[in-house]
Amino acid sequence: MVKNSLDNADSLGGQALDPAAPLLEVENLHVEFRIEDGVVKAVNGLSYTLHEHETLAILGESGSGKSVSAQAVMGILDTPPGFVTAGQANFRGVDLLKVSEEVMAKQVRGQKVAMIFQDALTALNPVFTVGWQIAEMLRKHRGMSKKEAKEQAIELMERVKIPDARDRVNAYPHEFSGGMRQRAMIAMALSLDPDVLIADEPTTALDVTVQAQIMELLHDLQQETGMGLILITHDLGVVAEVCDRVVVMYAGEIMEDGDITDVYHHPAHPYTLGLMDSIPRSDKHTDRLSPIQGAPPDLLNIPSGCPFHPRCPFVRPRCSEDSPVLSDIGRDGHESGCFYWEEVERDR
Amino acid sequence: MSDDPLYRDSSIEGSSPDAATVEGAVEKGDRSQFAMGTAVPSEMVVDIEKMAERNARTASLWTDAYRQLRRKPIFIISAVLIIIMIVMAAFPILFTRIDPRACNLSDSLLAPSSEHWFGTDLQGCDYYSRTIHGARVSITIGLVVTLFATSIALVGGSTAGYYGGRVDTVIARLTDIMFVIPFILGGIVILSLFPTRGVAQVSLVLIILGWATMLRLVRSSVMSVKSSDYVDAARAMGGSNFRIITKHVLPNSLAPVIVYATITVGAVISAEAALSFLGVGLQLPAISWGLMIATAQHRILTSPHLLLFPGLFLSVTVFSFILMGDALRDALDPKLR
Repeated sequence: MVKNSLDNADSLGGQALDPAAPLLEVENLHVEFRIEDGVVKAVNGLSYTLHEHETLAILGESGSGKSVSAQAVMGILDTPPGFVTAGQANFRGVDLLKVSEEVMAKQVRGQKVAMIFQDALTALNPVFTVGWQIAEMLRKHRGMSKKEAKEQAIELMERVKIPDARDRVNAYPHEFSGGMRQRAMIAMALSLDPDVLIADEPTTALDVTVQAQIMELLHDLQQETGMGLILITHDLGVVAEVCDRVVVMYAGEIMEDGDITDVYHHPAHPYTLGLMDSIPRSDKHTDRLSPIQGAPPDLLNIPSGCPFHPRCPFVRPRCSEDSPVLSDIGRDGHESGCFYWEEVERDR
Repeated sequence: MSDDPLYRDSSIEGSSPDAATVEGAVEKGDRSQFAMGTAVPSEMVVDIEKMAERNARTASLWTDAYRQLRRKPIFIISAVLIIIMIVMAAFPILFTRIDPRACNLSDSLLAPSSEHWFGTDLQGCDYYSRTIHGARVSITIGLVVTLFATSIALVGGSTAGYYGGRVDTVIARLTDIMFVIPFILGGIVILSLFPTRGVAQVSLVLIILGWATMLRLVRSSVMSVKSSDYVDAARAMGGSNFRIITKHVLPNSLAPVIVYATITVGAVISAEAALSFLGVGLQLPAISWGLMIATAQHRILTSPHLLLFPGLFLSVTVFSFILMGDALRDALDPKLR
């Protein structure tokens, strides 16, 4: 029997999925925005690998290219002005950047890779009920009847711990609190059982107590389903709590990546060090926080050499001339993009 | 389902009218009615359940707007007037049994009297009957033109606004070209091409001249909705472009379009009257307010009723649609509240 390639669960657009390949492997991703003033280089050579059951944090300031890289992987970059100029995003060995838009919409987004957004109020359609929006996914992709889909939506809402799900299924997004909305968003993202969930600053718009609940929920759901979770955030606290690995980005480049405990205990890049020093700690008494000096770079004119050099306390003449290459510094894939990482480590 | 508090509530509510029907039937002692009475409540309960379900959460834009509109006298007055005009257009026989074409020349130009409420015209036709029958042309043209212009605008505007790029450039420049054509002049030029001009020809011309403004509105509305997070989210969840446009973009950009469409009905009706008045719209023997006003212009001083009645009906109709548009805008645009 010849099966339509679109229906085949083991292939994407005719290319066979390799179950032995890593879940998601992004390699040397470059994204730029071509605007009137010039070319904004938003992502410059991002690489990471995500496995099942793994939580990867992409850490960085605003404008460091974290969200853009996720949008590029999902194929939802606004083109123009955004363009992926180089790189691969291999999902089980199939490069998502080369897959047709039709296959992306029908087979990948929502089903293989789902995404949740920072502000769930604006990410939910105001004219439909929350339940309708979750059910819509199931009706469209799973071909469920209205009734089945609604029951399933209620189940999903219960799974993300929305109380009185049966009543609330008919509520509109603005009738939900911020935390509930984010839960509804998560329910929607999980409705099609994705293998990878990208959470783009999922807790930024929430208050601290709710943040913890949402992170816990995401963590529990990941344990349950075994999906790979990519957490895009600027919150070091969130990263420390739930992540396995971390990628630290600055000006669209990786500064440092590695196992979370390793990076936390032995930061090997001045930027990571700066990030850690700029948050208050309960185990050390400090009168003043020490922020990173200067401002994030203008992505139209990224500094030569190491992009962090104008703000770096360890800066040497070489830093503005040569571009450092991410190099393995031992210890379980811990990599640093600093020429003088040993010095940085010693300083700690 | 029965352990659901929502449904339990509704079944309690449902029991009272249900019981009343049964009691009523018993009092009358009519067995057949009693039998009907027992059959009806089960349906009624279902109905009431549905209502309860709907009432449980009624905070959508539309229910919210409706709740606000119900209290607005402007909305109620304009709605009543519009309904009267539409009924008049659909069933003129409800208002008059006099044939508007049964004329008696010996009754020419009579002033309003108990026999001829609005008097008679030059041909001796009953003017009340003609005025009533004139509603059909105005309302038909108003609704048909608005319907078609809005459809063109929704398809073209959402395509241009959503896809952007070259498609947008082509469509947007096309609307620019349409804007260059002055409305009345364009109407006169195009209509003079037709040997005979009926409702269809006049409607066509008004559609040709009217879609561009509407399309611009839809386009800008779609463009502002397109950048919403929920459109990105829908894409991230695997929504196809068609699905995103129909389910996410259009429903959210519809409010200003509905407001403008309502006002457009009024504007189109007055445009038809204007074209007919200028002699390039409908032709005799069609019965239309515009034509009636046109023929009345020579006898304004001797028989003012010829101008007064069709003019009054025309103004009231146009006015009602514009008022309705205003009321809808207040209800649908939260920023103006």
